[in-house]
Amino acid sequence: MSATQSTLEIVRHMAAAMEEHRRYLTQLDAAIGDADHGTNMHRGFQAALERLNGADPDTPADVLKAVSMALISKVGGAAGPLYGTAFLRAAGVLGGKGELSAADLAAALEAALEGIKQRGRAEEGQKTIVDALAPAVRAAREAADGGGSPEEVLRSAAEAARKGAEATVEMEAKKGRASYLGKRSIGHQDPGATSTYLLLDAAVRGLEG
Amino acid sequence: MVSLVLVSHSRKIAEGTAELVRQMAGEELKISAIGGDPEGGLGTDPDEIRRVLEDSGGEDVLVFMDLGSAVMSAEAVREELKPELRGRVHLVDAPFVEGAFSAGVAASAGSSVEECIEAAAEARTESKLH
Repeated sequence: MSATQSTLEIVRHMAAAMEEHRRYLTQLDAAIGDADHGTNMHRGFQAALERLNGADPDTPADVLKAVSMALISKVGGAAGPLYGTAFLRAAGVLGGKGELSAADLAAALEAALEGIKQRGRAEEGQKTIVDALAPAVRAAREAADGGGSPEEVLRSAAEAARKGAEATVEMEAKKGRASYLGKRSIGHQDPGATSTYLLLDAAVRGLEG
Repeated sequence: MVSLVLVSHSRKIAEGTAELVRQMAGEELKISAIGGDPEGGLGTDPDEIRRVLEDSGGEDVLVFMDLGSAVMSAEAVREELKPELRGRVHLVDAPFVEGAFSAGVAASAGSSVEECIEAAAEARTESKLH
């Protein structure tokens, strides 16, 4: 399978994961936000699939760019521009590449993280997407530098993201709507960190085909 | 002439601010009010931001944002624009109402884009009680 096809497969698995877990994500969001994260992410990824259906992307970056446009347009709230920026920056790093190495994947994840941190003005420990994505990026980089395959890079990233998302339970929110709750946000897992884990987990299955 | 785009969480805030600016700046100033989500609730509609910016003609555009996702949506949409247009779109870090008002008046007087941005930025530090 070409890298472009693999990237499409990853996006299809991400869309399926957002469909499968939309109620769960919305429940998490109901506890500390406005109860729409699952619905919003599902709508965004459906829009991404529609956009890709009519397109004939040449490179993995083309696929990611189409996903970015769809997420920014259709997810709504803060998650749209945040995830949209992540995909856009990942696309920027990959450029015109037709094949993706383990190092390319690690670099794409790093660029995605930088984009989200910049757009959301967020750092680790604030109960956000960053708390799943930052450890994921470190794990991905370590796997790539250690000679791991692209699959191993994504698997390491997803596993680290899962732990990172779970660790948000104990955190007090410092960014976004949940931050208005202050200490009352403690005890709930962050919906954004959770969707980040679910997306990376879906990416593993997409790449493994 | 420099034009203005106002992006608020609320359509009423965007339209009310546009009305206020227009009263002082006159009808020649091009000012677009964007507010609320596509269903008419509170929120941001990035597609509308993109449409308005793409229809902005060849002049510089100043974009004012109010809260949270209005800021992030405007930033994300700008990043996706073609480089030529992106270079003419300036996101302004200023109070929404006061900044748009100052910049709008400056723009209607034929000020440059830099002067308009400076006028808006001054609105941030201008004390109201002293």
